Amino acid sequence: MPWNLTSDRPIFSQIMDIIFQNIISGKYAPGEKLPSVRDLAAQAAVNPNTMQKALSELEKTGVVFAKRTSGRYITEDTAMIQELKSHMALEKIQEFLKSMENLGISNEETAVLLTEILEGEK
Amino acid sequence: MSTLLECKGLFKSYSGRPALKNVNLAIESGHIVGLLGPNGSGKTTLIKLINGLLTPTQGELYINQNPVGVESKKIVSYLPDHTYLDMNLKVRDIISYFMDFYEDFDEKKAYDMLSKLRINPGDKLNTMSKGTKEKVQLILVMSRRAKLYVLDEPIAGVDPAARDYILDIILSNYEEDATILISTHLIADIENILDQVIFLKHGEISLISSVDDIRSGQGKSVDALFREVFRC
Repeated sequence: MPWNLTSDRPIFSQIMDIIFQNIISGKYAPGEKLPSVRDLAAQAAVNPNTMQKALSELEKTGVVFAKRTSGRYITEDTAMIQELKSHMALEKIQEFLKSMENLGISNEETAVLLTEILEGEK
Repeated sequence: MSTLLECKGLFKSYSGRPALKNVNLAIESGHIVGLLGPNGSGKTTLIKLINGLLTPTQGELYINQNPVGVESKKIVSYLPDHTYLDMNLKVRDIISYFMDFYEDFDEKKAYDMLSKLRINPGDKLNTMSKGTKEKVQLILVMSRRAKLYVLDEPIAGVDPAARDYILDIILSNYEEDATILISTHLIADIENILDQVIFLKHGEISLISSVDDIRSGQGKSVDALFREVFRC
């Protein structure tokens, strides 16, 4: 199943986000070896050069590291993964607040609505 | 990376009517390039020139530094927009035909792909649906260990689910360092596997760009840009 990519952003940055998500959700475990560029590209149905670019960018963040001959691995640094998780959660919340703002709902109103919904779920 | 395909001042006219006008381009190895343009923009003409099925009216064309000829045909694997295969043949027979013809043909790869797509090698082409025929032809083309794969409208005749399969065949089977040139007008379906695009408009190149540059520079997909450039 090809990865779900949207049309308005560069593909490599979307791939980075998906791999981040897979790491945070535990789909890729700490220390796990990533599939080869070609296999990942085929899985995602994207160009291998684009996948290569996404993986090199991921390496720069330190979340993924390369061993000279044996491929790429997920970091074993669980603190870093936690930090990534909080960072991405914050991003999602800001996106959400932005879309509420577009609906004309202030942050305060959103907070009230959220509390109501969460209370209702209990 | 070396230049694999080079066109210098390429012109092609059909009895005086121009089909390609001053095409200059250089494509390196290791890329998947989309050759995009509306009907009649010159895509198939350019592809036929690359394969030596037409000769240029003016200009030069080199593949791996060689002019089009025996040497270039050894390293170019071509999927035409119309079939040339004998419909009375079985898939198995066509495979042995290809093995005689092309020294870079990988028999095992061909049979692997057939079984993956559940196509019976004993079936005759004329008993198959349009989509299955197209898959067989693509398998034949992708089973060669070529340096340049030229695919003229590889997904036009198949349903959206089969398109994913076909893209998968293309992505998992081309030789590393090879370049694939895909012509299509179904851009949205293949845009994710491209890293470069060439827009052809009335026989002229109107844009050569990387897909990332289009997306980050213009904030839109190649498909959206295409619709804008070629608005009727």
